[in-house]
Amino acid sequence: MPVKVIIPTPLRPFAGKRDSAEFNAATVGEALGCLTAEFAELRRHLFTEEGKLRSFVNVYVNDEDIRYLAKEDTRTKDGDTINIVPSIAGGIF
Amino acid sequence: MNTLSQIGIGRELAEQIGRHGAETYPHECCGALLGRDSAADAAREILALFPLVNRRDDSPRNRFSITADDVRAAENAARGQQLEIVGWYHSHPDHPARPSEYDREHAWPWYSYVIVSVQSGAPQEMTSWRLADDRTEFSAEAIAIRQHASA
Repeated sequence: MPVKVIIPTPLRPFAGKRDSAEFNAATVGEALGCLTAEFAELRRHLFTEEGKLRSFVNVYVNDEDIRYLAKEDTRTKDGDTINIVPSIAGGIF
Repeated sequence: MNTLSQIGIGRELAEQIGRHGAETYPHECCGALLGRDSAADAAREILALFPLVNRRDDSPRNRFSITADDVRAAENAARGQQLEIVGWYHSHPDHPARPSEYDREHAWPWYSYVIVSVQSGAPQEMTSWRLADDRTEFSAEAIAIRQHASA
């Protein structure tokens, strides 16, 4: 059983309107790599030009924030759910 | 050039956004816009607000932040009302209701970003914006203020 990636509402237009996708992946980074390989337009919204996850992109594996695990090297196993959750920021200048 | 999108909001909810900005002045306020988006006719309507606390304690006069936990709380609130998050609002104290470069860099596509200018503590102009798909710019979105919120 593969890993399931939940796609947040604002990114679904760039993922064929899908709300989730499944991949065989051993780490979070691998799963996100598969996701952006299948839906290339997602890449600019999830990653900076340097290839780092954008600061306002939060990734959870089964409700655990990967920042407190091994970040993108966090291991995944069959049946895990990866959730991409936005945080929102802005300001005057 | 993109076709101008439009978002509808009841007058009472629009005034509530302004009041939130006045209450937190000179700090930025923020919150979630709950509503419905119909892809079929490109109609988007704000039907409820979910005011949030600005988490940027270090510079709340010119920054706002909504954490992932707050986003999840807003999503739960939306689901409870059979709605979805269609966007976010925040205030610009003593500045125009125009998105900054910082706003653009941190924006998500698809969402509507409503900005209310609060001048000397009084809410003024309200605008709405959507990020271009290629992230290069915000496009203005027309706000249709209705006397009564749609069902």
